[in-house]
Amino acid sequence: MNVSFRWIRDLAPELEIDPGEAATRLTARGFPVEDRLDLSRGLREIRIARVEAVRSHPNADRLRLCDVDDGTEVVQVVCGAENVEAGAWYPFAPVGATLPGGMTIRKAKLRGEVSMGMLCSEAELGLGPGSDGLLTLHGSFSAGDSFVDATGLDDYRLDVEVTSNRPDLLSHRGIARELLREGDGEIRLPMIPGESEAARIRVEELEHRQGDGSGVRSERASIRIDDAVRCPRYLGLVIRGVTVGPSPEWLQARLRAVGARPINNVVDATNYVLQELGQPLHAFDLDRLDGGSIVVRRAREGERIRTLDGVERTLTSEMLAICDAERPIAIAGVMGGEESEVTTETRDVFLECALFAPGPIRATRKALGLSTDASYRFERGADPAGLTEALTRCARVIQAVAGGEVEGPVLDEAEHRYHPPRVTLRPERVQRVLGVEFEESRIRSLLDPLGFTVESSTGTALSVGIPGWRSWDVTREVDLIEEIARTHGYDRFPDTLGAYRPGTVPDDPSFAVEDRIRAELAAWGLHEAQTPAFAPEGEGKVEVLNPISTEERWLRRSLLPALLRRVEYNLARGNRDVRLYEIGTTFRPGEEGFPPIERTHLAFVLHGRRAPEHWSEPDEALDFWDVKGLLEAITDVVHPGELRLGAASTDAADAGPFVPGAHLAIFDAAGSPRGNGGAIDPARVDLPPWAGTVWGLELEIPAADRAPESETVRPLPSHPGTDRDLALVVRDEQPLRDVMAHLEGGGGEYLRTARVFDLYRGEGIPEGSRSIAVRLHFRADDRTLTDHEVDGVIATLSRTLKEELGVGIRGE
Amino acid sequence: MSGESTLIHDLRALEAEALEAVGAAGGADELEAVRVSYLGRKDGRISAILRRLGELDASERPAVGAEANRVKATLGEALDARGRELEAAEGMAGILDESDLSLPARSRFTGARHPVTIVVDELWEIFRGLGFTRARGPEVETEWYNFEALNTPLDHPAADEQDTIYLSGGHLLRSHTSPVQVRVMERYQPPIRVLAPGMVYRRDTYDATHAPAFAQLEGLVVDEGVTFVDLKATLAEFARRYWGPGTRIRFRPSFFPFTEPSAEVDVKRVYRDAEGREHETDWLEIMGAGMVDPAVLDSAGIDSERYTGFAFGMGPGRIGMLKYGISDIRAYFENDVRFLQQFARR
Repeated sequence: MNVSFRWIRDLAPELEIDPGEAATRLTARGFPVEDRLDLSRGLREIRIARVEAVRSHPNADRLRLCDVDDGTEVVQVVCGAENVEAGAWYPFAPVGATLPGGMTIRKAKLRGEVSMGMLCSEAELGLGPGSDGLLTLHGSFSAGDSFVDATGLDDYRLDVEVTSNRPDLLSHRGIARELLREGDGEIRLPMIPGESEAARIRVEELEHRQGDGSGVRSERASIRIDDAVRCPRYLGLVIRGVTVGPSPEWLQARLRAVGARPINNVVDATNYVLQELGQPLHAFDLDRLDGGSIVVRRAREGERIRTLDGVERTLTSEMLAICDAERPIAIAGVMGGEESEVTTETRDVFLECALFAPGPIRATRKALGLSTDASYRFERGADPAGLTEALTRCARVIQAVAGGEVEGPVLDEAEHRYHPPRVTLRPERVQRVLGVEFEESRIRSLLDPLGFTVESSTGTALSVGIPGWRSWDVTREVDLIEEIARTHGYDRFPDTLGAYRPGTVPDDPSFAVEDRIRAELAAWGLHEAQTPAFAPEGEGKVEVLNPISTEERWLRRSLLPALLRRVEYNLARGNRDVRLYEIGTTFRPGEEGFPPIERTHLAFVLHGRRAPEHWSEPDEALDFWDVKGLLEAITDVVHPGELRLGAASTDAADAGPFVPGAHLAIFDAAGSPRGNGGAIDPARVDLPPWAGTVWGLELEIPAADRAPESETVRPLPSHPGTDRDLALVVRDEQPLRDVMAHLEGGGGEYLRTARVFDLYRGEGIPEGSRSIAVRLHFRADDRTLTDHEVDGVIATLSRTLKEELGVGIRGE
Repeated sequence: MSGESTLIHDLRALEAEALEAVGAAGGADELEAVRVSYLGRKDGRISAILRRLGELDASERPAVGAEANRVKATLGEALDARGRELEAAEGMAGILDESDLSLPARSRFTGARHPVTIVVDELWEIFRGLGFTRARGPEVETEWYNFEALNTPLDHPAADEQDTIYLSGGHLLRSHTSPVQVRVMERYQPPIRVLAPGMVYRRDTYDATHAPAFAQLEGLVVDEGVTFVDLKATLAEFARRYWGPGTRIRFRPSFFPFTEPSAEVDVKRVYRDAEGREHETDWLEIMGAGMVDPAVLDSAGIDSERYTGFAFGMGPGRIGMLKYGISDIRAYFENDVRFLQQFARR
């Protein structure tokens, strides 16, 4: 909301604050001032000048010579604008003046003619985009007047952030109301320049003709509401014999000060009242209304209207239209139609002031993609008690600036009349919520200035009357409690920490699982990455209906593709060692009618060296055994029980980003697949030529229903153990897992561990076999084992390995 | 003097001499010479004494034999110990002779949590100390949980302000973590003190301060007698613990449909530099907060006459940007390892 500080001062003449203090007060009330603009910036040297005469330039068709009276003398100015006219007033930059853009005006010769200054356009003064000619000023001036003073630009524009619950602050009167403190006087609507006392009284004493839901009419016009839910009340009156033209300078200045563009005096008057009171109004050319009748009804499906912005729009039966006897002439509460627009031809005006229900206005605005000052206010809620005041105020302004005469009666159609609501307020409840006691007198002094009327009612409760402009956001006791806290000042509440009871909600165990995964992976030298959940085609099956970009309109089903793009990104920047992991949510379509299924996944990608380079030894690249090591390290945290790697389906379509054939699946103890890992297919990633193998792995983190338990430590052995090494000759097709299972199964109660410490192929080993060296560790808890006992076990194992698995012992 | 005592005396003299020789050996070769000279099977001097056992009476032999074994063991240990000592010294001598101590050390890769995770963990640490537990909710939500249960009618402009991302079937990606408030209150009875960190989604295109997905952290307290003073006190305590004891906190009125009264919370850090000069930052907007709107309690099935509560929400990503001087939020998603590496050991 753009606020003119001068306008505020005119509404509250006893409010003696500067713009900085206004910004501070508004911010403290919850409406931060984002910007404070000095409208006179760079314009102090601009004068108002009268063009005495305009002559053609002897040497240029497009230039004119003007005699300009700048108040001290008449000088010659060369001017290129087509709209320069003798007898008119314009802003004038004399020689030596600097324009807001930084240009300094000098005495110049243009095509041989001397030019002593410059007549200015709106754009040249930084006042707006309009560069179609000079800014013509309307009003009574003296040559040499300060442009800033005469046009009301001695002002500040405050850009106030108004929250969506406060439509009343989308007006200068509303802002003034929030600014007033004790001793700042009252708000009075400023007098309308050019209005006579008689004219004011005549409008205020017009007959007020109320309808009851079945329509209301005068000689010239009639109003009928067909949808009282969407339009609870509609007022209108006729102004006869207006002269449509540019507004006087005071009115244009008001609008310019808030960044609005003057259009013509009638339209400007409606915008003036919109800015002043917050009520949108619309002026129709009465002669263009068929039968002078207004019908407020739902549009017919497919009905068309060309709106004021020149766009042809198609309406639906969900939209409310203002119609004449035949066709729509406006989209209710959003924008008027071009056909009934007020133009310089207009003689008689029908002025509308209505109340529209917020929800449907919002739906229409969204459906049409058409947001206006009017729709913005109506969808937040206009003051249901302020319509008559706004209508008569606007009629008076029109009369003052466009002539003509307001014709009675004021037509006011409504099925139900508005009754100001009351809300019960218990001071005891105020304390229950705010933690501080507020006396009744204090409550009154806080609420009264905002327009609330506090009355004692039964017992300890108060009855508070709600002003119309707050009827949308203050409907409950708690809304009043907020008003008390806000006006009392949040900073005045103490902040002493009191006792609290512990909560009943257990810490969600999944957080503890993730904490442990992160600690583990940091210890392994991995960096945590975060990637957004939006994925391109092929990487997910849950579709976003309103995607930010059409390329990424899917929700990921897997974390790896995005992580691989981060690998590409890093390698492209010369970061050779990339070890990233992510813990994130993945999405799969749910059953029909159910939400997508969310799963927390962990994925990591590895590229580069196993350790930072060191001059003492050559670099070693990370390989599959690092991937397997990482998997084992997180297995205990992620999956209770063991995860094991196995060959994945050989179907290439299933391989995902992995090299077909070098793609492994991760199975849980029950044999269900839980993830994938392996070497990334170089064809699937865009890598620089120097890049090595990229490894990747992804697995699901199952939902944890309890926190990981801390296990007790195992006591250290009290008797020494003994090691035996076995060099096994194992056929290639024989998985080591089977051999190890056999050792563990047949090793007896004293076999504690069996570890592979060497693997060898070549001389001495038959073709198609490998030698695997295993170290077996035997130990008893209660005594030292004898060699004899251990030798016996080894002999048995050697025999059964041969007999059952065909595994030989090397050298035997 | 008997033969026995002479031999024992000789052994002990030899032991003392040998130990001295071990200590004096300046290298592995010298040490080996000492070993051969005393313990060598053929010419070793202790072996020579043992050969004289035959000169003794059978009754005297065991005592001398035992003493000889003790001396051999002692000497063996001394030789081993001196050997390790020499080995270590030679290793260092090699480095000192051949290398430059300023050559780079051997290191290993260090990993790191994402900076946003670090901030979330730090915040959690503080709120854990204030009696909170962590709660989680789904990222795919319904309009009920994301808006209506939070006192935000779908036809109110407040529902627009969050630029929600919609999926089919009436589902959406949550635009804030506040739906977790409702889910927790539906499942548990007060007293409730929970913190809900998580990702949220909005239809924002990337720029220096916006991303379509970002972390949020929600807090909720519901119990009898919880007041606006408790809200201010809890957040002031949090701010002092996180930003330092001199931190000041400011509440500005604001509007959120699901809290009333509502506030924007700003902090100002006041700190001393190395020279003891006091500095203060600007007011930094760090979170939204307020008393839980009774309509929210009611829609979650909690008696709003009996219970009151407060809630707050903040952006760990934004807090991280302020804390670490990150000027562009996109750095969080680029995941350049040179950026991430800077968060190792934090």
